[in-house]
Amino acid sequence: MIKAIIIDDEPLAREMIKEYLQAYPFISIVQECGDGFEGVKAISQHEPDLIFLDVQMPKINGFEMLELLNTPPAVIFTTAFDEYAIKAFEAHAIDYLLKPFSKERFEKAIQKVKGENEKVKISTKPQLDEETITISPEQHNRVVVKTGNNIRIIPMHEIEYMQADDDYVKIHTKNGSYLKKKTITYYEKIMDASQFVRVHRSYILQVQQITRIEPYEKDGHIAILKSGEKIPISKTGYPKLKAILGL
Amino acid sequence: MLLISELEAMSNQRVSSRNFLLISIALAAVFITVQSLVLLWFSISLVNYIIDSVISNVLLAIIAYCLGNILRYYRPDKNKFFYVFIWDLGISGVWLLVINWLLSFLIKDTSYAAFLYKSSPVRFFVAFLITGLAAMISWVVYSYEEQRQNEKRQTETEKLTKQAELFKLRKQLHPHFLFNSLNSISALTISRPEEARNMVQQLADFLRGTLKNEDELQVTLEEELRLLQLYLDIERVRFGYRLYTLIDSKEVSNGNSMVKIPQLLLQPIVENAIKFGLYDTIDEVLIKIIAKKEDSLLSISVHNPFDPATSSFQKGTGFGLSSIVRRLYLLYGRNDLLETKAEGNTFITTVKIPQND
Repeated sequence: MIKAIIIDDEPLAREMIKEYLQAYPFISIVQECGDGFEGVKAISQHEPDLIFLDVQMPKINGFEMLELLNTPPAVIFTTAFDEYAIKAFEAHAIDYLLKPFSKERFEKAIQKVKGENEKVKISTKPQLDEETITISPEQHNRVVVKTGNNIRIIPMHEIEYMQADDDYVKIHTKNGSYLKKKTITYYEKIMDASQFVRVHRSYILQVQQITRIEPYEKDGHIAILKSGEKIPISKTGYPKLKAILGL
Repeated sequence: MLLISELEAMSNQRVSSRNFLLISIALAAVFITVQSLVLLWFSISLVNYIIDSVISNVLLAIIAYCLGNILRYYRPDKNKFFYVFIWDLGISGVWLLVINWLLSFLIKDTSYAAFLYKSSPVRFFVAFLITGLAAMISWVVYSYEEQRQNEKRQTETEKLTKQAELFKLRKQLHPHFLFNSLNSISALTISRPEEARNMVQQLADFLRGTLKNEDELQVTLEEELRLLQLYLDIERVRFGYRLYTLIDSKEVSNGNSMVKIPQLLLQPIVENAIKFGLYDTIDEVLIKIIAKKEDSLLSISVHNPFDPATSSFQKGTGFGLSSIVRRLYLLYGRNDLLETKAEGNTFITTVKIPQND
């Protein structure tokens, strides 16, 4: 038996999938969700094998929701947006269904699920590719993080600095700091390069937050932020910072 | 359009070249008279001076006319104007030789022959002046004419480009809307075929509304709101469980139904508001559309809820309303007709449409 969850903000779109799934008794729908918040909750509660996921949804989109999951289930994207197909396969989606899709097309997607199921235990399969740079427009403007049971949406401009921490990035804002399972190189690629600078192997900081730059030890520097925080600047980071500040 | 203006230009040209011919003839007549009087002074017999005047001046007029026509189709560069001067000298010389030969052939009179020989330098100089003048005038006239044609062509091109751009901006219907609607219809066909048929009908009506009367840029507010209502009805099938809409145009429709608005101007604004409201919040979404008349402006504001804390609006991206701003600029030459503001959790987009009544 495959446990499945449908996550889509349009009730009729969910109805459509339910209708098609009637032909596959080995798949049971354990829950339907109208947005990504509900989705995250339902997934941690039911630990499904498979989710049908819409991309454009209230508050956080499908990709952002996937980022919040520690062990994401197998994903079939269902959306009218064909521009996200590449991104979806980078996120190791099993399939990508363009709305409206036919019964035959749906059948193919289910066959793929069955194939995956026989190969390996599917729940370990999908894992977001860290180095992917094709991202949805929303992901340029905000970072979605999970703290306990809460989901927070942090607009990019509220990020004071980021710090690499093993497999995680620690995101510092004036309201506190959050952990996100991503690499600092990923953020260096997607963040607005005129606002955020990788000043150090382990640090990205927002230029606007800097109040002073002071020499430090032999030929190093440190940046002092508005919050009083001191951030080391590496030898390679210093010229990048100077270029952006126009020095 | 282009053909008509070309025909017009051609007929204009014909008129001006006919004028040119008339001017040449008139000038020839004046010179014949003047020259006759001068010749009388030199006590040449009446018959002889008439022959002399007519031949020399008619020939001169023909030369001037030909010169003018050449300059109409071929004008050397401004810095080669010198060549015209040389042509002029040559032509005047040829003219002098021709009339000297013709006149001495026609008039067998020794005193006249002496006079003809003596007056040659004066004749040459006068011919040079007159042909030079003709060349100068036609140069100026035809240059001006050409410049005017070019300007006209340029404005015509600009107008066409503007029309094409406006057409494109007007047609910016989001394909996602269509695909998602089709998906909803597909879902309805099984459980609620009646509703599916109804939605197909609404979608067809809406699409027809967006496709028709392409030349008629301005429609009445009623017409535009009717189309908008169709659009909202379709969206309500998709998001009915959390989408509520309200259109208030009482203030405008009371006694004033002739308020005009550019076709399909509101739909993208409302689409934007809906998208924004639906994807930026989780609760129920109320979209309010309020039409008002302010002096000579029709003002329509679209309200949608949003979340000030997480909205990307803080970055001032303008929610993809730039195509509306561009359209309004092309139509009215103004950049101040679209305003956006946030009031608490409500985002308001206001568009103003000048009414020339």
